[in-house]
This record gives sequence, structure tokens and C-alpha cells, in this order.
Amino acid sequence: MGMTMTQKILADHAGLPSVIAGQLINAKVDFVLGNDITGPVAIQEFNRSGFTEVFDPQRIALVMDHFAPNKDIKAAEQCKMCRDFAGLKNLQHFYDVGEMGIEHALLPEKGLVASGELIIGADSHTCTYGALGAFSTGVGSTDLAAAMATGKVWFKVPPAIKFVITGKLQPDVSGKDVILHIIGMLGVDGALYQSMEFCGSGLANLTMDDRLAMANMAIEAGAKNGIFEVDDVTREYMKGRVQREYKVFYADDDAAYSRVIPIDLSGIEPTVAFPHLPENVRTPKDFGDIPIDQVVIGSCTNGRLSDIRIAAEIMKGRKVAKGVRVIIIPATQAIYKEAMQLGYLETLLDAGCAISTPTCGPCLGGHMGILAQGERCVATTNRNFVGRMGHTQSEIYLASPAVAAASAITGKLTAPGQLKEVSI
Amino acid sequence: MIVRGKVFKYGDNVDTDVIIPARYLNTSDPQALARHCMEDIDPAFAGSVQPGDVIVARSNFGCGSSREHAPIAIKASGIACVIAASFARIFYRNSINIGLAILECPEAAEKIEAGDQIALDFDSGVIQNITKNEQYQAQPFPPFIKNIIRHNGLLNAIKNGGTNNE
Repeated sequence: MGMTMTQKILADHAGLPSVIAGQLINAKVDFVLGNDITGPVAIQEFNRSGFTEVFDPQRIALVMDHFAPNKDIKAAEQCKMCRDFAGLKNLQHFYDVGEMGIEHALLPEKGLVASGELIIGADSHTCTYGALGAFSTGVGSTDLAAAMATGKVWFKVPPAIKFVITGKLQPDVSGKDVILHIIGMLGVDGALYQSMEFCGSGLANLTMDDRLAMANMAIEAGAKNGIFEVDDVTREYMKGRVQREYKVFYADDDAAYSRVIPIDLSGIEPTVAFPHLPENVRTPKDFGDIPIDQVVIGSCTNGRLSDIRIAAEIMKGRKVAKGVRVIIIPATQAIYKEAMQLGYLETLLDAGCAISTPTCGPCLGGHMGILAQGERCVATTNRNFVGRMGHTQSEIYLASPAVAAASAITGKLTAPGQLKEVSI
Repeated sequence: MIVRGKVFKYGDNVDTDVIIPARYLNTSDPQALARHCMEDIDPAFAGSVQPGDVIVARSNFGCGSSREHAPIAIKASGIACVIAASFARIFYRNSINIGLAILECPEAAEKIEAGDQIALDFDSGVIQNITKNEQYQAQPFPPFIKNIIRHNGLLNAIKNGGTNNE
């Protein structure tokens, strides 16, 4: 029987001619990732187990992004533990304040992940790199410790759901709306233990930022990974970033899928996940009247340059509604600088937004934008669980940068199309 | 291994943010984490859980972040086993890797209620509901995963050459 894209990458890294769904394998990893929350637990386990050497100091990244810049003394100690370990083991990819970014924006940007590679990270959104045609998935700290020591990781080979993408996105609709639409269709465990494989003629109409946002949220449908078929858009993105040879794996024609789901991009509307699950999606006709207190535009899902650009275009010449706090978080230093050079940050500042240094901060309720009891936030982040961004009686509405920016202007949950009606 | 305890019962999609909220992730000390375990879904949990007690939940338990702090907090709270209709995959791996016992059993997840006394036999996967006088059969683990559990976690298994299944 033929293999899916994911199965081919897993077979390649396990040194096997083929694998089948359900098979347990030990696979070689190309790159491993930890951050300032999951890194310390992994480092403690690494040391406690008596390991002394890492498998390859070139293939491990530690990114200080969650509670950095250090939010308190304990967070400072956690970053210090990572910093000391990176120094001791001579890790070549330790990213600290000043050069770091949100890990899943940073690694693709720096060319550290590429098509055909196998990447694990002790962060659930490690599945982001599937946008480049890699197999990448989130694991825990013990897996990170084991991979740092051995360069290997165990997997159960997943079955797959195939998404056949056709058509072209409407204006004001982006990859975020597509993935929220899909999660709404599947449910938060609809792809549990499976890979989500994206292919079809419509891929050509999705930018790399669209794909990164989509692969990023595969985990919110319970998936092990999301992966996109490599095309010219992928190759163009990797050009100049990835300096090494990379492989491209296509699914076999006779590969088996548990489901095949057609997605017509032209039919997708701005889509928002209401509290408290990413599957609770609604389109503008069902938004109702939702006054808001805060907007966050950033995160590993939507903190990239195009996201900042979309926000700036919508906010240009307008003002943030009174009583709404808008926090813009460019995901990396490079995105920050480019957004500044292109004038986006000035536009956003003039509109009344606050601009933050790169950090995961508010997305996980860490710092830099925590919600009080009863407050509502429209966020371009990825989870709206109870208490995720602060008080257990606060609410998060997951949205695209366009919806978030339009909502910032009106002070209530608003699709960009609705904003235009208001301004006329 | 046989376990006997009382049940804390939860619903679908119990996420890692309610198991251990991110505001407490500035430490990895198991006892400190245990003090806030389940705080955002069941504030009474940490104060009333006894060693040997069992969490029973419905589908997709442990969805959300990869934080190993979630199974660490549950284990340190004294919980002997989590039974669910299904688990989110990272939570599933993390539990096995740190030696927190978990069992997948849709029937038990459906029928067991809060406060029931239950007894578990991990070798056979048999779950006995003493309160209701019922018995359920959990999915057995494959040998590869049983081996990690037998070594009390992934790193011990690696040290003892126990994960080579090729």
C-alpha cells in the first residue's frame, strides 16, 4: 500500500523502506526545540538521568520566548537555566532577548527547518513547520531530553486526513479563517492521533504565512501534525534561508486516508472561534453584539509580517475605539524591523496600539496583556480555553488579523466587511 | 500494580490550561505544581485529593499545550491513574514518559461517576467499580509502551536499552 507524505518522512527517518499506520518506530530527528518553560524540565531530566553530551550541538534550539523578557524572578531563573545549559553544551542555536522571536516564527525564518525533515519541539505548536513540507510535532520535556541525548524519538505512525484545497480566498480572508473553518468542521479532537495533509490546486493561492498559520493550528483539531505538499511557494520561501540540501516527499497515489475532505477556499468567510473551544466557530452573520476590552495581534499563529501589514492597512487613518487596549506583537526581531521600515508600526502607533517586543506573553496568559474577570479579548492566537489569557471568567475570541484589527476600531467583534459598511 | 481509590470525574476536552494554568509555569517543582492542579476547573481538587485517587474523564483529556507540567502536577497530587475515553496525543506520550498511569476505556468514562470507589489492575487492564459493582476492560498497551512503563519512564528505559524496537 502507498504512503502519505507524513508516512514517507517517518519511514525515511526510521531507515525503513515503508511504514504503515499504527506501526511503532524509532526515528532520527533532524532538529529539536525547547523553550523557557519546557526547556528547564528537559534539562533537569537530562542531567538527572546522567546524560552528559548532547547528540549534536548544531541541531538543538532553545528559544527564550514564553515568559521572556523575564516576567518575574522565577521566570528569570528558568531562562538562566537554559542559558547556562546552552553555554555548557555549546548549543549553536540559543536565542535570547534581542535576537529571539516566537519559536515557530523564528525557526522557519532562520532556515533551521526544511521540507522532508523531522523536527520535534517541546511545544505543542511545533506542528507549524508542516507548512514547509516537514514532519514536525509537539512533544513533552522528557521526549525533548531523550532527543537531546540520543537524536532519536519514538512515534506511532499516524493515519491521515487529506484536505483537497481548491479555489481562491476572498479579500479579507486568510489562512487563519481557513483553519478555524476546518477545526469547526472536525471538532477539537476530530483529527486525534492523525496527520492532516493539505494538497490540491488551491495551494498555489495560499501564501507561506497562510500555510504557517494553518499548520500551526493542526494541534487544535487534535492532530499529530499538519503538512503541506511542497510547491513553488515553498521552494521560493526556502530559497536563501535553507542552505543545505533538502528532500521533497509526495504522497503515493494509492496512499490510504481515513477521510478525504474538499475545501473550496472561495467559500470561506471570516471565521471566529467563540469561547471556550477553537471548534466553536461563527461567521459574521452570527457574531451578534460582542463588546470587547482588548485586542492581541501576534503569537506563533499570526505574528508574521503579513499579519502586521493587514492590521496596519485596516487601521490606517483610523483610531482604536475608546476603552479598547490593542497589543501588537511582531513575532521576531526581523519582522519587527521590517514592519518598522515599511511604516506599519508607525501607522499602528498612530491608531493607538501598543507595540511589544516578541514574546508568547498574553497568548498563554503569561504576561503582557492578562485579562480581568469579565473582560473580552479578540486575539489572533490559537487557544480560547477557560482562563487561557487570565481570569477564568474572561473570554477569548480567536480571529484573523483582519477581524482583530476591525474589532479594535469598532470596539466590538467586527468583520472587515462590516467595518467598511460603518465607514461609508 | 493494583490501585484502589475514589474518583474525580470530569467531562470532554479537559485542557492542560485548566489542569495547570500557565500562570504557575514559572516553576517546575512537582509539589508546587500539585498545589494548583485542576484549579481552573475544580478549585476544591488540590485540597481534597488523596494518594491513590483516580481521575476519570470523557474524550480528549489533556488537549492543548505540550506542558509536561500537566501530568507532573497530576502525578504529584497523588492521583494514581487517569482513565478517559481518549487522550490528546501529547498528554498521552508525556504521561507514559514520566510514569503517570493512564488507561483508555470509553465504557468506564461513561459509567463511572464522581465519588465512586474503583480498583484497577494495570497488567490486565481490568477496572472494577466497587460502588456500582461493575467491571470494565481498558485497552491494553502495546509491548513497546509497556516496556517504558515497566522502566518507570522513557529516560530509564533508554538508559537500560529498552526502547530499541527496530
